[in-house]
Formats: sequence, C-alpha cells, structure tokens
Amino acid sequence: MKNRVAIVGAGMTLFRRRMLESPKELSFEATRMALDSAGLELKDIESVVSGSAPDAFDGMHMKGEYLLDGTGGIGKPNQRVYVGGGTGVFTPIGGWWNVASGMYDTCLCVAEEKMSPLHPHPQYAFWSIFDQILERPLGTTLLWIFSLEMRRYMHKYGIKEEEIASVAVKNKGNAVDHPCAQLGAKITVEDVMNSEPICWPVKRLDVSPPSDGAAAIVLASEKVAKKLTDQPVWLDGVGWTLDSTHWTNRDLAYPEYVEKAAWMAYKMAGIKKPRKEIDIAEVYDPFDYKELHHMEGLQLAGKGEAPQMAVDGVTQRDGDLPVCPSGGLLGVGNPIAAAGMMKICEVFWQLRGEAGKRQVKKDARTGLAQAWGDLMQVGTVAVMRS
Amino acid sequence: MKMSQKITSYPGHEITPEDVKGGKYLDVVYKFEPKYSWAAGVAISRFLAELKEGRIIARKCMNCKRILVPPRMYCEQCFRPTDEWVHIKDTGTINTYSISHVGTDARRLKTPILVAVVDLDGATPGMGILHNLGEVEPSKIKVDMKVKAVWKSPSERQGSITDIRYFKPIGAE
Repeated sequence: MKNRVAIVGAGMTLFRRRMLESPKELSFEATRMALDSAGLELKDIESVVSGSAPDAFDGMHMKGEYLLDGTGGIGKPNQRVYVGGGTGVFTPIGGWWNVASGMYDTCLCVAEEKMSPLHPHPQYAFWSIFDQILERPLGTTLLWIFSLEMRRYMHKYGIKEEEIASVAVKNKGNAVDHPCAQLGAKITVEDVMNSEPICWPVKRLDVSPPSDGAAAIVLASEKVAKKLTDQPVWLDGVGWTLDSTHWTNRDLAYPEYVEKAAWMAYKMAGIKKPRKEIDIAEVYDPFDYKELHHMEGLQLAGKGEAPQMAVDGVTQRDGDLPVCPSGGLLGVGNPIAAAGMMKICEVFWQLRGEAGKRQVKKDARTGLAQAWGDLMQVGTVAVMRS
Repeated sequence: MKMSQKITSYPGHEITPEDVKGGKYLDVVYKFEPKYSWAAGVAISRFLAELKEGRIIARKCMNCKRILVPPRMYCEQCFRPTDEWVHIKDTGTINTYSISHVGTDARRLKTPILVAVVDLDGATPGMGILHNLGEVEPSKIKVDMKVKAVWKSPSERQGSITDIRYFKPIGAE
C-alpha cells in the first residue's frame, strides 16, 4: 500500500422511521458534521465515495448522482458503491482504495438511506432481490432468507431462541445511550419471546426497524492525518467477498464469505488471532441471530459458540469482547447503507475514547466493523486501530 | 480539544406517525407500474419445460462431478460449460423451514405460508431449492423431514416453478 489510511472525522444524523430531510439534506448534515469534526472544509477534500442501497426504496434512479450535492461530490472524482446491506462498510473500503493507492490524500465517505418513501412497507423493495423465475412466484418476502437461515443455524448447533433473543436485549439496551437511536429500550428475553411471530422463528423483536438516516467519515493519508490530529484512527485492514446468488445451494449455518472477507482484512492488518487481538466489534446485526452468526464467521467465536458468549455477558459493554456497543441496527436503527457506516463511526469514537455513555470498559485499541447483505452472500469488513 | 467533542447535537427532524395521520407534512405520491418479460435463459427454460412434464432436471459438471439444481449451463466453480442433463427425483429433505405470517409487502396473512429449502434427491447433497410446504401442521414440520412434490395436474401445468404446488411429508397421505 502506498499510503496508510486514517479516519480523521465522523458524523451522523438521527436515525428515525421517517425523516423530514430529503436524501440530499440527510447526506449534507452527516457530511458537514464529519468535516467539522475533522476541522476540514470541502475544498480540502480530493475525492468522494457515496453508498446507498436499493434505488427501489426511493423510487429514484442514479442515486449516487442525485446525492452528489449533499455528499460534497460536485466536480470531484466520485464513486457510488453498492453491495446491498454490505454497502455501509463497503463505502469506506471504496474510500480506502482512493487513499491507500496514493491517488488522493483525502476522501469523504458518505452513506445515506431513506427507506420511508416506499409503501405500504420498505420490505416490498426486497421482493426483487429473489430470482425472478424460480423464487418470486412463491410469494417471497425478505424475511424468509433470515428465518430460513436462523432455523438452520439453530438446528445445526442446537441453539435456543432465548439465547438468540439475548442479543436483541443487549443491543436495544445499549442504544438507550446513543443520541441518534430509534429503538433504544430496556427489554427482556421474555419480551422478545412473546413478541409477534412474523416469520417463525423470527419474531418482531428479533428484527431491526426500517429507518431513514445518514452517516459519514473523512479519510486521510498518514501525512495529512498527522497534521490534523494527534488521534487518528487507522483503517489498517479491509476485506470483502461475495458468494453466488444460488443461496439455496450453500451451508446456511455458516457464512463462509464473511470468513473470507475477515481473513483478507486480518491479514492486511497483521492480525493472527482475531479473538485475542480484536478489542471491540461492531458486528452486523439486522437480526439478533445475525450478530452471533457473523461473530463465528469473523472468527470471534467458534462455530456454534457465539450464543453462549452472548448469554455469559462476554459481548456486553463491560465484557471481554464488547459487540455492538452502539446499540447496533437492532437499537440505533437500520437505514441500510447508513447503518453500516454508523458502525464505522462507533468504532472511531470508541477507539478515541469519545463514545460518552457508550464507552466500553476495557482499553480498546483495535476494533472491527462488519456489514453483510444481498442474498446472504456479501461480507464487508474493516479493521481499525487507535 | 478532541475533534468529536465539537459535536453538541445530532441533526434531523423526525416525522412521527401522528404527523402522517394529521397531514402535517407535504409529500408527492407516485406509482410506478412497469411490466417486464424475462427470458428464462437456456438452462432454466429446459428446467421449466421439464416441470411442465412433471419432472425435475439438473445439469452435471463432469469436472467436479456435481449435479446442479437449479441447473446452469456453466459450472461457476470450475468455470467451464456443464456437460449433461440429468433427471433427479421429486423427493427430498427439508434443509430448513419457516412459518411466514407476512406476505411480499409485509402485510399480515390470515393463513401463514409454509416455506422451506428442500435438498432434492439425486442432486449433489446440499443442492436445495426454495419452495412451499403443504398438507402438514406447522408444528409438525422438522428439519431433515423427507418430503415429496405435489404436482398440479398435467392440464394445469404451465412450465413454472408453481407447477409443483408444494412439497408434503412422505407418508402424509
């Protein structure tokens, strides 16, 4: 790599079910905050990467181009990247290419999502991710891939619904301390178990909400970062892989593509024993079981062993391996691309000791953010160090 | 001063459900009603034609020896053309299942849809397809249960995945 890459600023808007701000306005607010936090102006930015998930949410084509004036991209080298739910962590990976390659010394990375425009429900947009010939005629809903994967995961390792529910309890509880959170709440495992079965084994409180919101970071080369701050957070490892859309042909109990993406990032960051070397992890949690499933793919837990770690409190903020100290998608909210970027922001704040009430107890030096998406086929991973 | 401590508040204005009901915000409504006609492709056209005849067909790759369903004309692992058509059985095993109380647009259903990944007999182990289950109590469904396709009558079949109505547990008749 030509340049070591640092994160030097972060910003985000409130996450809510429906926001008044337009997609451009949300992008502007998050981007302006990231620039302010870095002490930079738009003229200091050399390139821009934006991320936003399905155009079908907004009913607008060319969302990257539409967002341009809110993301600060006018007249600059600009890319929009997209890998479904994996987009939020793929956006800073795109920025990393720009800076690590030596092409640019600064790059703005902006992720925005408004899911609220689509009626009767944003879920409807996901109908079109399924195979149009063989799957859509069966009355598909996005929830199926989750409920089918969750059931297989439970079957393979003998996992109980209650163990999985403990993740929703933790994350919604953590989100109470997040100033942008949509669904922070003190709930119990019983609350989750008694919530409406929407697609069994998935129940209402196992699921993150649809949301509107935006989040942004500023990347800088080592040379520029050291002039801006004595506390850069280094983006030392990035990894991403995709599996086939033939999702019914693979082992649903274990996300191999996440493992591949993780090892790519770990290798780059010089990490050999992830469970020992990663201090905090913002693992992708659109559903509570996904946090556990992904911890295993990320090598932060053995196969089938993540549920016990959650039950034992290992993944709590004061635990040995805090997972989703932000409150995650389950608690802060899930504006798809922005949710993944929120995780990058959280690790940035945690590693700088600036997470306020959310600050983890341990001295965190190395953190991980991960996102996942499309037809259960995308892994995007970022390793960060203070 | 640490940079992030410059943040004193987080921007954004929420529109609440009450605002929506009370008409307190202005919006513009648009309905998009396109129509598409998808060519099924070389492999899936044959698969659908076989379904119309009440049979399930797969493709075999002579290099990795996998029998692939849904069939494809190329092996994505060996990255070479697949070699031959192979009829497989209309029986299989439930790999995983779910009881769906919501439809495509997330509206609640009166009768839940039973959905499963069924690993088909005669294909390489783990080669499943998505389909519905029927003639079974939701509480009686199990992973690893043996199932068999229930076909529409020949005159009803159209060359569609729905030519199989659903899969039912073997021994349920």
